[in-house]
Amino acid sequence: MTQLILEQAMNGLQFGLMLFLLAAGLTLVFGIMDMINLAHGSLYMVGAYLAAAAAAASGSFVVGALAAVAGTALVGALLEVAVLRRLYARDHLAQVLATFALILVANEAVRMLWGDQPMQLNAPEALAGPVEIGGFAYPAYRLLIIAVGAVVALALYVVVTKTRVGMWVRAGASNREMTEALGVNVKRLFTLVFAFGAGLCALAGAMLGPLLAVQVGMGESILILAFVVIVIGGIGSIRGALVGSLLVGVVDTLGRALLPWLLREFLPAEVASNLGPALAAILIYLLMAAILFWKPAGLFPARG
Amino acid sequence: MAASEKSALYRQSARRRALAVVALLVLAALPPLLQALGQDFYVSFAARILIFALAATSLNFIVGFGGMVAFGHAAFFGAGAYAVAILAERGVVSAFVAWPAAAALAGLLSLAVGAVSLRTRGVYFIMITLAFAQMIYYLFVSLQAWGGDDGLPLMARSSFGPLDLGDDAAFYWVALACLAGALFLLDRVAHARFGRVLQAIRENESRMEALGYPVAAYKLACFVIGGTLAGLAGALIANHGLLASPNLLHWTQSGTLLVMVIVGGVGALYGGFAGALTLLLLEEILAGFTVHWHMALGLLLLVVVFRAPRGVAAWLHGLFSRRGAK
Repeated sequence: MTQLILEQAMNGLQFGLMLFLLAAGLTLVFGIMDMINLAHGSLYMVGAYLAAAAAAASGSFVVGALAAVAGTALVGALLEVAVLRRLYARDHLAQVLATFALILVANEAVRMLWGDQPMQLNAPEALAGPVEIGGFAYPAYRLLIIAVGAVVALALYVVVTKTRVGMWVRAGASNREMTEALGVNVKRLFTLVFAFGAGLCALAGAMLGPLLAVQVGMGESILILAFVVIVIGGIGSIRGALVGSLLVGVVDTLGRALLPWLLREFLPAEVASNLGPALAAILIYLLMAAILFWKPAGLFPARG
Repeated sequence: MAASEKSALYRQSARRRALAVVALLVLAALPPLLQALGQDFYVSFAARILIFALAATSLNFIVGFGGMVAFGHAAFFGAGAYAVAILAERGVVSAFVAWPAAAALAGLLSLAVGAVSLRTRGVYFIMITLAFAQMIYYLFVSLQAWGGDDGLPLMARSSFGPLDLGDDAAFYWVALACLAGALFLLDRVAHARFGRVLQAIRENESRMEALGYPVAAYKLACFVIGGTLAGLAGALIANHGLLASPNLLHWTQSGTLLVMVIVGGVGALYGGFAGALTLLLLEEILAGFTVHWHMALGLLLLVVVFRAPRGVAAWLHGLFSRRGAK
């Protein structure tokens, strides 16, 4: 039992770290430019497809992942300059409409390029087996995901809190006009941030590709989770995104694994088997609603 | 001078009323016309447009009139559909029982969701309505008794007194009556004292609060009216496709309804109708040209965002009045 909980907690940590890669870019876009970007999930999809295509062409997972990060960052920068930049000054409704349109375009573009069938993306063969840690076997590839996620999260934290660029970004998130008045080119900074966020999306897409299906529409389901994360954490806050990601990842994974089992202890088996999965699926949304009820601006509000 | 202003207003509203009656007559004449042309399929398609127009209109009341950008309207739409399907499974097939029940369920849901969500505003309101819609989505999808991922099918359309709703034309007329009734109702609400207060709240909430109006109760009432009408639209869509599908509850459905409202015109009485008509017609036409119609639709929507920011209805109005001025 302890082993199951431990393993599921590791899976939750792994999923949470990948969510963080998505949420980090999204929360900055949301925080600095006050812009709702529904197409953020499409960048994740584009990244996964690029990774699968490049890995198939080169035969190497690492080459595929690197190509995906570079390619998607480029796509993100182009998108920002061509379309999204014009939307910052518009109201949320216009942003919803435009980025919803971008989802349609991105999904169809991917379908035109790679077809309807899901793409195959395999984990590197050296990591196919399990490794022994602390007395139980855990898939090596999932361990790699945790490592990569932790390293990127740490690097991001250092960049955002210790460097000059990071200072600009934080300043932009808490007060854009003032930052501009102090001489920071927020416009250019933002293209950079957006491209960087797109690259992180692609990294998450490439890493999760072997575990989940690489298919059209994969971005939409994870996008909502990323939104839940940044709303829980507080829009515009990197620290909030990290805490929110881990919270959502662990609660979701553990809930799915343990709730049906827990309910069976207290309820008749038939009720439990019906209620368990339903309750597990809505657990994170309950969490979000509860947090917003008591802390309407999230756990770590970025704006003072 | 005041008198002439008033009479001008009356003349204008009389003209509007006449236009509405003409439009209603034209729409009512559509099924026999289409059948005479041998296009029976399009009667059913037209009914679909009317149902989505009702759903979008109900959302537009919340977004455009109440000033609350809600991103979870599919929950109420889908709940209405499921209510009809679940009741039909239990043997309750009368539309006079099932449809009001569907609307009532959606109304109660929107009361609960609204009561919690209205504590937040702006982006957080968008997100919390989305969260509640997701909860309702997963609730319906995970319960195997209600069909799970496959949805809950209906054996036949609801019974509607002497009218056989299995006939597409009859169903179309009932849908048209629902839409017209809802538009009439919302128009009256908008011009009643309740509507004036709502608009004032949308324009300046703190001022209305200071004047002593129970702002939260007004907004909640607006939210519930929209949710209830969405439930009725849901009852109709379940009848139309003979299926209460989880797709109706999915967040992309909320997105589609919101897109219809924005395309048609936020806050315009006929905005929801114009949006549903535009979007569904575009889908149909584009799908006839290319399998990649999503791409074309997406690009067209981008054009709307940048060229017709106040919606298609306002854009067309602008085009015609400019032409009229020449």
